[in-house]
Amino acid sequence: MEDRPLEYDYSVTRLFLIFAIFLGITGMLVGVLLAWQMAYPGVNTFLGEGLAEYTNFSRLRPLHTNAIIYGFVLSSVWASWYYVGQRVLKVSMAESKTLMILGKVHFWLYFGAAFVIVVSLLAGVTTSKEYSEFEWPLDLGITVIWLLWGCGIAGLIAIRREKTLYISIWYYIATFLAVAMLHLFNNLEIPTYFASGGVGAWYHSVSMYAGTNDALVQWWFGHNAVAFVLTTPIIAMIYYFLPKESGQAIYSYKLSLLSFWGLMFVYLWAGGHHLLYSTVPDWVQTMGSVFSVILILPSWGSAINMLLTMKGEWQQVAASPLIKFMILGSTFYMFSTLEGPIQAIKSVNAIAHFTDWIVGHVHDGALGWVGFMVIAAIYHMAPRLFKREIYSKSLMATQFWIQTLGIVLYFTSMWIAGITQGMMWRAHDQFGNLAYSFIDTVTVLHPYYTIRAVGGTLYLIGFIMFAYNIYKTTTARPVEESELQNASPMGA
Amino acid sequence: MSIAELQSYGYIVALVFLSVALYAYIYHLYVQRKDSDGHDYEDYSNMALKDDITDTPVSEKSKKK
Repeated sequence: MEDRPLEYDYSVTRLFLIFAIFLGITGMLVGVLLAWQMAYPGVNTFLGEGLAEYTNFSRLRPLHTNAIIYGFVLSSVWASWYYVGQRVLKVSMAESKTLMILGKVHFWLYFGAAFVIVVSLLAGVTTSKEYSEFEWPLDLGITVIWLLWGCGIAGLIAIRREKTLYISIWYYIATFLAVAMLHLFNNLEIPTYFASGGVGAWYHSVSMYAGTNDALVQWWFGHNAVAFVLTTPIIAMIYYFLPKESGQAIYSYKLSLLSFWGLMFVYLWAGGHHLLYSTVPDWVQTMGSVFSVILILPSWGSAINMLLTMKGEWQQVAASPLIKFMILGSTFYMFSTLEGPIQAIKSVNAIAHFTDWIVGHVHDGALGWVGFMVIAAIYHMAPRLFKREIYSKSLMATQFWIQTLGIVLYFTSMWIAGITQGMMWRAHDQFGNLAYSFIDTVTVLHPYYTIRAVGGTLYLIGFIMFAYNIYKTTTARPVEESELQNASPMGA
Repeated sequence: MSIAELQSYGYIVALVFLSVALYAYIYHLYVQRKDSDGHDYEDYSNMALKDDITDTPVSEKSKKK
């Protein structure tokens, strides 16, 4: 065999990256369909009454959330891990056969699980726990997939050349540890078939928690799933991809460490804000509110650190659509992490709870922060994976503006819809009778639901442009290694 | 002492310890320019910028055990 110089091995990254784009299109397509269903209920039966069971809102909603959170996002996170992990630890996957096998088994098991999950959710098999809908056999499978990733992280760290772990690695480790804990505790459940001696379906289970305890565990899980699937791994990405693409050192490495530990300390306590004015103890509610407000500090610590990294180099933001995605992503992160604490204040929550404002909040984080950062990461990785320039800069810029418009339409319509809802639900006459019935709010909200659906559709169109751009990149102009140091090479 | 009481005391001890540890670390970052290995914290940014497999590590892992 010829002696070849050591190179990073991106074969696992490539698999996760391609799957992430596929899952992104699937999840967003279902999301857009749901948005149009909210505006025009007739869309619930767009494939006819006979198939209504599979096309109605309630059946498709878990498919949307799971395809985006555990599909599109996790697959992108793993693509980025198998890329960033090697580079900042300065070790190649090719140096360890075991790690390569682990990585590939990790992907193919995940691929298989994704298929089973889609089928099971469409068939209506669900535990009915939000963001934790999978039944016990799938939960066990997910545990195995997660542990495989953990072994991959530990293995790569064990054979590293760089002694100190870069800040992104800390965020990936936090993601692994926290989600492992969240998944195990929220999914403690009893398979009813086996516990009852053969009654009902073999895959069915009931939670080990009940009532208020169930709510507490569920929202400890739910809020921290946002923290450790939609926040920490995305921060891991921006701490690598923004400095690398711009060629600028992080503004303050110390601030990145301070923000990391601050975030770890504060985030886990904030989940109580999902249960304000419910039957959980009052101190838990207050603690949830207080910690949510404190959470602004470490969140903004990271986001401001990223914006200041561009200090003196703002012309790059104007010149590169790739950097635009990251800077707007970071800005949306600041925006969401200010909006969230505002909504967690008890008096604001009295209006915001159960309204579309919450949906708007989730989506300016998901579309603006997570989506944009993932898109930027994939755009940065693609030329390095395929050794080719990005197919079209102008297509990327057009995508950026179309998606930005989509996000703005989404969150502004949901602000107005949410606050309108909250105010109408509370309004009463001088005798204490409610001023409006529920259908009155539905009528008023219709235009905003339509605007939201248009916003979502624009975002999806932008994402399809993105997928096309990446697809064409695989056959674009080949580039030399020297062109891949910092700013990604792009065709016109 | 019941298990619930033990949990409560453990909770308080852990909370105080973690709070002190966090603030001690923040103070350390505030006053120290370099870490215990003598590396300037800000040099670690180079781990992302100089990340080719042939680049010299910012703080090389010792091969000897």
